Amino acid sequence: MSTTPDIGNENYSLDVNGRAVDIKDSWIGESLLYVLRERAGLPGAKGACEQGECGSCTVVIDGKAVCSCLVLAASAVGSKIVTVEGLGENGHLSDVQQAFLDCGGVQCGFCTPGFIVAVHHLLESNPNPSEHQIREALSGNICRCTGYGRILEAVQKVAVERKTK
Amino acid sequence: MNTTSTLSPPRHGTLGTSASRPDGVAKVQGGFAFSSDMWAENLLWGATLRSPHPHARILRIDTTAAWKISGVETVITAEDVPGKSTYGLIMQDQPVFARVGDTVRYAGEPIAAVAADHPETCKRALAAIRVEYEILEPVLDPERCIDGSAPSIHPEGNVFRHQRIVSGDPDVVGDVVVEGIYEVGMQDQAFLGLEAALAIPDPGGAGVELYIATQWLHEDRKQIAACLNLPEDKVRLVLGGVGGAFGAREDISLQVHTCLLALRTSRPVRIAYGREESFYGHVHRHPATIWMRHHASRDGRLVKVESRMVFDGGAYCSTSPAVLINAITHTQGPYRCENAVVDGWALRTNNPPCGAMRGFGVVQACFAHESQMDRLAAACGIDPVEIRLKNAMQTGDRLITGQVVDSVAPVAQCIRETASIPLPPDMGDEPDVLDLPGGSGRTADRRHIKRGVGWGVSIKNLMYSEGFDDYSTARCRIDDGVVTLKFATAEVGQGFVALAQQIARTVLGVDDVLLDTIDTQVGSAGSSSASRQTWMSGGAVDAACRAARDALLDAVAVEHGLVRSRLTIDGTDIVDSDGSFRVDVSQAARGKRIDETREYHHQETEDLDENGQGNCHVAFAFVAHRAVVDVDTELGLVKVVQVATAQDVGRVLNPTNCVGQVEGGIAQGLGLAVMEEIVVKDGRVRNPSFTDYLLPTFLDAPVVDMVFVEEFEPKSPLGAKGVGEPPCISVTPAIANAIRNATGRELPRVPVRPYDICL
Repeated sequence: MSTTPDIGNENYSLDVNGRAVDIKDSWIGESLLYVLRERAGLPGAKGACEQGECGSCTVVIDGKAVCSCLVLAASAVGSKIVTVEGLGENGHLSDVQQAFLDCGGVQCGFCTPGFIVAVHHLLESNPNPSEHQIREALSGNICRCTGYGRILEAVQKVAVERKTK
Repeated sequence: MNTTSTLSPPRHGTLGTSASRPDGVAKVQGGFAFSSDMWAENLLWGATLRSPHPHARILRIDTTAAWKISGVETVITAEDVPGKSTYGLIMQDQPVFARVGDTVRYAGEPIAAVAADHPETCKRALAAIRVEYEILEPVLDPERCIDGSAPSIHPEGNVFRHQRIVSGDPDVVGDVVVEGIYEVGMQDQAFLGLEAALAIPDPGGAGVELYIATQWLHEDRKQIAACLNLPEDKVRLVLGGVGGAFGAREDISLQVHTCLLALRTSRPVRIAYGREESFYGHVHRHPATIWMRHHASRDGRLVKVESRMVFDGGAYCSTSPAVLINAITHTQGPYRCENAVVDGWALRTNNPPCGAMRGFGVVQACFAHESQMDRLAAACGIDPVEIRLKNAMQTGDRLITGQVVDSVAPVAQCIRETASIPLPPDMGDEPDVLDLPGGSGRTADRRHIKRGVGWGVSIKNLMYSEGFDDYSTARCRIDDGVVTLKFATAEVGQGFVALAQQIARTVLGVDDVLLDTIDTQVGSAGSSSASRQTWMSGGAVDAACRAARDALLDAVAVEHGLVRSRLTIDGTDIVDSDGSFRVDVSQAARGKRIDETREYHHQETEDLDENGQGNCHVAFAFVAHRAVVDVDTELGLVKVVQVATAQDVGRVLNPTNCVGQVEGGIAQGLGLAVMEEIVVKDGRVRNPSFTDYLLPTFLDAPVVDMVFVEEFEPKSPLGAKGVGEPPCISVTPAIANAIRNATGRELPRVPVRPYDICL
């Protein structure tokens, strides 16, 4: 990405998936979503509404699931950021990722990374969610393809698997 | 099941199994490259200036100030289009850019584009372009285009198509007559993956490569090449990952603009729309006003259907004529009816352009006929299910176009299977608040909640119609034991990539099947629309694989001195039926090179004549829906509790993917029933955002209980029918009928808004 001196030349460092990512010559107005995608080489978070309605850009910042389109990147300095790319270990799929595949929770896949992050976050804070709790916790993530049925099944599958482990 | 079968279950990954998607791992890991994720060294960003006015003459465009902004590499307008200045799927009536002296015809029409080093620079450059307009009175009422009182707003006039259907005895009168006027609002496809493209120019501007999320690569290329004034082979399209389509990617949006900017700057250019721009950048589902009158005998048998349908196509043609034909030819629904008089209009106004969306005209017609069937049932004093069974179409019945339905037509079975699905339990006196209408808003009051049940049944044509040869092409290559398929079929989320591998595994007896890049380096596949790819591209892949298999068996027969006619593939082995020879396919294919390309064409269809008669469609699929709703009659809030459905699919080729299509389609039909509408006032979209355009969330999605009706379709190459569109069609009237059942209100319009219920 070319530099934009007339637009801005901010330099800072972000802690993403446990690694320091240096951001150079950026414009101060850039969202965390933009910086992750266009400057940090992490395109997993997706932009679909730019106003925090759809959850496609969900990442975890200091333990909270947030819409990265609503966060100024420069304001995330000093925070621990986890994106979908930081979830599996050594390139292996996480249990949530595997369950999405097994249950048919993926069609076009555009909402999928945001959902995967949100489901990990849900099951860490509530390992045994009821169907209502799953539906409410994930109601900030919009899926246009699946009608949510296969995603519900995937979340329930992981919850059961983790309990029996 | 307690039946005993001597057949072994299908091998994993073959047809009939829930084979996993080859793109699934990348999608769950976030590494799948959508068109918005495409990147190239030395990349520029592009952006588009659009008209804020629905109808205005452009007097002057001054780009001087934009050029002076540091970081801006180029600014282009209509003067910079080297080839054809307009494009379009059916009629090339839509300008690449509106030209000085000409008019803009909808709010959002492109006027200029810029390329710059950063999206923010683009935004500033667009703001610096000055356009002077002479504001004109917009034509907003399609009825004024019918009666001729509106001025023509385009050299091609204001009527995209007018078509009548007159069938049987137009003057016959039934014992029982019911009529109504129904309205369908403008729905958005609202795919999540916004329009995005990356264009990479060839050195010297001799050609261009475009990475694009689209439904039909070859049709895009045809239109783009004409506008760029380049030969088609100099315009190479590669499918960028597609984040949903649902009809919104059938038309050109940013394709020509991106290529023009790249060719002008000799640098890669990416355009990525934001959500608001997406609402202006693609066509929507047609808003429609439909009058219908049904005549029946006293015992509820249909005698005649009459209708007048008015579809507002907006400013440009897109697929309006085809959408209209679909609507009027489906007027009778999945019911026998010999006599009909139908008058259909698709019209040009200064409203946002409308075109393809899942269901393609049939959604609007179905909302009207299924509302009418409930009305007719009430007038005849019989049950809504009984009246539908009584009139259910069968194979061999004649449509009002004169066409005989030669597809499998298990309409009655769909209805009966749906009826046999248990109803959900009552809400009880102390429900969880999340089960109440309004959900987590927690505003509904148990005492005001009424439950309703409603039905909808539909027929949907498959493939393109009226003489169109929307063939598909596929190539199967076996190279030293490795099987690779190539096709240009747009994978938009539906799972064709999984199906293609399943076909190859089944036909060839191999487990590993590679997929080549989806691009224009092979023949056309037609569009990923009209529920057609399982049938058409499935047929092409099947034919190519069968040809490759035959070539392989020929070679093996020669190599081993065997009788060719005795060789078959059994599982993953090539066997001689006399039992003397058995070898693993992969091993047999080693050292061999086979390359087979096949086209699949469907049966020919005809244009309609002036009375709307003709065999215009290829095939049909059917579905029944039953919706259960809870309605807070005080607040007008609706909770769809359960949708039961039985769908005619021919044959289930991938159970998980079929379930996903049904559940997803039902969610979209629910959206149209109770929440989704592009609100247009004075020609302007008032809610171009996901804050104001409401989509069904996890909490809005109902429990879906489904049955697949599997009756092998002999006309289909795999015995299967497309499953994509039927789920979203009759679920909308089923929900509307359920709300009517709960409230006693007429509700002639979808989406049903809270104030339609409670005021």
